[in-house]
Amino acid sequence: MRRFMGLAALAAVLACGGAHAQQVNVKIGVLSDMSSLYSDIGGPGSVAAAKLAVEDFTKSNPNVKVEIISGDHQNKPDIGSQIANQWFDVDKVDMIVDTPNSGVALAVSAITAAKNKVFLVSGAAASDLTGPKCNANTIHWTYDTWMLANGTGTALVKTGGDTWFFLTSDYAFGHALERDTAAAVEKAGGKVLGKVRHPLNTNDFSSFLLQAQSSKAKIIGLANAGGDTINSIKQGAEFGIVKGGQKFAGLLVFASDVAALGLPTAQGLTLTETWYWDMNDANRAWTKRWQTERPGKFPTMVQAGVYSAVTHYLKSVAALKASSDGKAVVAEMKKLPTDDPLFGKGTVRADGRKIHPAYLFEVKAPSESKYPGDFYKLRATIPADQAFRPLKEGNCPLVSG
Amino acid sequence: MERVVDPLAKKPSALRTQSETLGFVVMVLALVVAPFFTYPLFLMQAMCFALFACAFNLLIGYVGLLSFGHALYFGWASYLSAYSAKAWGFPPEFAILTGTATAAICGLVAGSLAIRRQGIYFAMITLALAQMMYFFALQAKFTGGEDGIQAVPRGHLFGIFDLKNVTTMYAVVLIIFVLGFLFIHRIIHSPFGEVLKAIRENETRAISLGYKTDRYKLVAFVLSATLAGVAGATKAIVLQLASLTDVNWPMSGEVVLMTLVGGLGTIFGPVIGAFVILLMQFKLAPIGEWVLVIQGAIFVACVLLFRRGIIGEIANKLRIRL
Amino acid sequence: MFEIFGIPSTALFGQLLIGLINGSFYALLSLGLAVIFGMLNIINFSHGAQYMMGAFAAYLILQYSGLGYWPALIIAPILVGITGILVERLFLQWLYKLDHLYGLLLTFGLALIFEGVARNYFGSAGLPYTVPESLRGGLNLGFMFLPNYRAWVVAASLVVCFGTWFVIERTRLGAYLRAATENPTLVRAFGINVPRMITLTYGFGVALAAFAGVMAAPIYNVSPQMGSELIIVVFAVVVIGGMGSILGAIVTGFGLGVIEGLTKVFFPEASNTVIFVIMAIVLLVRPAGLFGRRA
Repeated sequence: MRRFMGLAALAAVLACGGAHAQQVNVKIGVLSDMSSLYSDIGGPGSVAAAKLAVEDFTKSNPNVKVEIISGDHQNKPDIGSQIANQWFDVDKVDMIVDTPNSGVALAVSAITAAKNKVFLVSGAAASDLTGPKCNANTIHWTYDTWMLANGTGTALVKTGGDTWFFLTSDYAFGHALERDTAAAVEKAGGKVLGKVRHPLNTNDFSSFLLQAQSSKAKIIGLANAGGDTINSIKQGAEFGIVKGGQKFAGLLVFASDVAALGLPTAQGLTLTETWYWDMNDANRAWTKRWQTERPGKFPTMVQAGVYSAVTHYLKSVAALKASSDGKAVVAEMKKLPTDDPLFGKGTVRADGRKIHPAYLFEVKAPSESKYPGDFYKLRATIPADQAFRPLKEGNCPLVSG
Repeated sequence: MERVVDPLAKKPSALRTQSETLGFVVMVLALVVAPFFTYPLFLMQAMCFALFACAFNLLIGYVGLLSFGHALYFGWASYLSAYSAKAWGFPPEFAILTGTATAAICGLVAGSLAIRRQGIYFAMITLALAQMMYFFALQAKFTGGEDGIQAVPRGHLFGIFDLKNVTTMYAVVLIIFVLGFLFIHRIIHSPFGEVLKAIRENETRAISLGYKTDRYKLVAFVLSATLAGVAGATKAIVLQLASLTDVNWPMSGEVVLMTLVGGLGTIFGPVIGAFVILLMQFKLAPIGEWVLVIQGAIFVACVLLFRRGIIGEIANKLRIRL
Repeated sequence: MFEIFGIPSTALFGQLLIGLINGSFYALLSLGLAVIFGMLNIINFSHGAQYMMGAFAAYLILQYSGLGYWPALIIAPILVGITGILVERLFLQWLYKLDHLYGLLLTFGLALIFEGVARNYFGSAGLPYTVPESLRGGLNLGFMFLPNYRAWVVAASLVVCFGTWFVIERTRLGAYLRAATENPTLVRAFGINVPRMITLTYGFGVALAAFAGVMAAPIYNVSPQMGSELIIVVFAVVVIGGMGSILGAIVTGFGLGVIEGLTKVFFPEASNTVIFVIMAIVLLVRPAGLFGRRA
């Protein structure tokens, strides 16, 4: 009995000794599309990026203990909601990150606000997340439809692409992308000559491409994503669109799509991204580390965004020494300036929008590509203060006035 | 040509009706106790799908008609329930009724078109109609397209019971499920149900006996669609979401899988099947890539080796009716 | 240049030609389905997945042996056809005595497996495969630019479709096949190995799907879900044409391609639904399909 008391006392002392360092425990859930359309854009690569962020941060902050779990929302708002609810209610997750697919992201954002946790969106595009649907628990990282529309639209008009024809996916996301880009084009002095809407997941674009060709617009804007974009471009090559002098503008294209198309088909495509693996040494070094988990692949801006978001989150949690009050953590994230090796210095705005510069890229011709992954050449840089929608124009309820 | 459903191979024993009652009691008790051990939201979702599968089973198991587009009724009920609750501010009981009514109307229209043909042609018509309504849902403004209708308010049932409270919501869903289940049980064991089974066994003979089989089949179809609608409408309130997943053809395929795994033509089969399949999807979510493969493998295994399904096999071994 | 219903004639003829090209794809795919259903009474829901496997086989053949499009056109269908034979021997043969619907459910399950496995190993974004050198470029017809590859697709489809129809309807082998479906016992009594014919026929139908897959690889996105996106439409084609009729599948395939092309011009948002509307109407008026033999 005495020995037992002795041991118990010893254990108590040790435990108190541990609390001395003020340990913070955090659980992060990477909710992504692990198995279908967007699995190369986010997916397991996002999990790898999150792990790298945790590794780097805990090296210099050993008192923060982080656990990472991951889930596959399969691009279905139902499943995404179910996982988010389960994670928050049962598994004690503090923060959810990534979530490509705007529908899922919007659903998870609402759930996060209701449960007062944190949601960092890297993969989804809907600019509504920092607009009418904004809330105090969500931060929209990496990119959004407004940035894409304005980046590609404005930059292209300024470089001579002043007549446009839109090939639009006939659902909310496609319409929004087309609407935002048309507005940007017209504001920059260009003209929209016409548009055609195609059903989602169309296999054959020949008739739509024919219409685009006969419009004689200099730029054919692809307001679609995933397989539809790939098909449009592939079949465009067949019909000699690029050879005939017209150019494709990919309004939502990732490096993984370019890899799927291959350079001979994708060459000349213009697109806007906020991060590219081969832009500087820091990016390249990080890519090498990332590739140990994902050999043969190249990281996308979404995955880099996950790294950046997790880093800043952990910084804020360490500063607050707590992680349970979502609103408080997000407020701290907006207060602290961001700084990480991938995106450099930036800020998080009041409406939850992360601000950083955007880049206009053009896909290289096969002859210009010197090594695997050498896809892009930089055409223009859009400074951070112009890349995203102005704060007042968003109709975000958090921004008064 | 063998019938779709294996009737009991041997004569059922005297436990027949008692086994069904016993099974019912066990099921209700399990559902009452379960939320203390398992995540209630999952259980509520499973009950909605169980009701959906039971409604589907009414057609395939007892009338012998394979509807390959049942997601139409489930999904559109879900949409109308969600929309009426969110945009029109209906209280939950009216939202669910609206959804159910939608499903009933769709069932009437689709049924009267599809009933005219049998077998594979019937299945193909139901699939075609479901696909048309899927594309309509994709383009209609009010459905929210790819995003679906989100943040559907749970509301106050009858103005009194706050459905945001998990316990209250669970009780409501349990009651809806049990009522739906009992209703189906009543249909099956009524004179009407006997005629349906006669039509399944041999339609020509039923016609020669003077029954207007088309009318019976249509009524069964509408009932099945309506109950699928109840399931969909309730699901929209529980999960506070209605999306394209609910109207797409993989959803139709999933309800077939649930019923097949549980046991076609048994009354408890679809319930077990729904719980099993949902549990599997949930547990396997971390290794999402393999869910599709495993579902396919289960389909294949069931069709080849396990045609009676879980409940069907148990019922056959024990020579009781479940 | 004149206008028809507000659409310039050049655009109209262009779309008609494209519709014909798409129709040849539909015809090729529905041909395999019609052969399998007509001869074997099996509803092969995994047809889309087997089409996908053909495209993937072409890609893998290129990756691992460097052989390009032309050898792949022969090798891929043979390889996938062999998997079809395995499927028939391992799974399908146990279902002949049961209701049609079990065959549908089994092949549906198989389709999920094939698609899932492909997704696991190759991801969903798609794989690159280009048009072969010899078929690049095209012909300027005045009202549109016709890629050579598409012209080749129409020609190849016509040849294969006509060839298959001829073999089944006009040769002795085809006669044996048709007889074997109607009365296997009697045909067996004549000393013909009926189970082997059935196996080979299924393999042939699957090979046709794979052949269509290889033809699709250069122009459509080679992804695991390329089949499931197409399969429902192809089913509609077969049902409209008449599920047992080879000629029905071919004619309907081409015809529906043209109708879809016209819809894309006049009413593009409906281009996905038009085929289903037609299918529903045809099934109500002529349940056996336009050319079908069985009610």
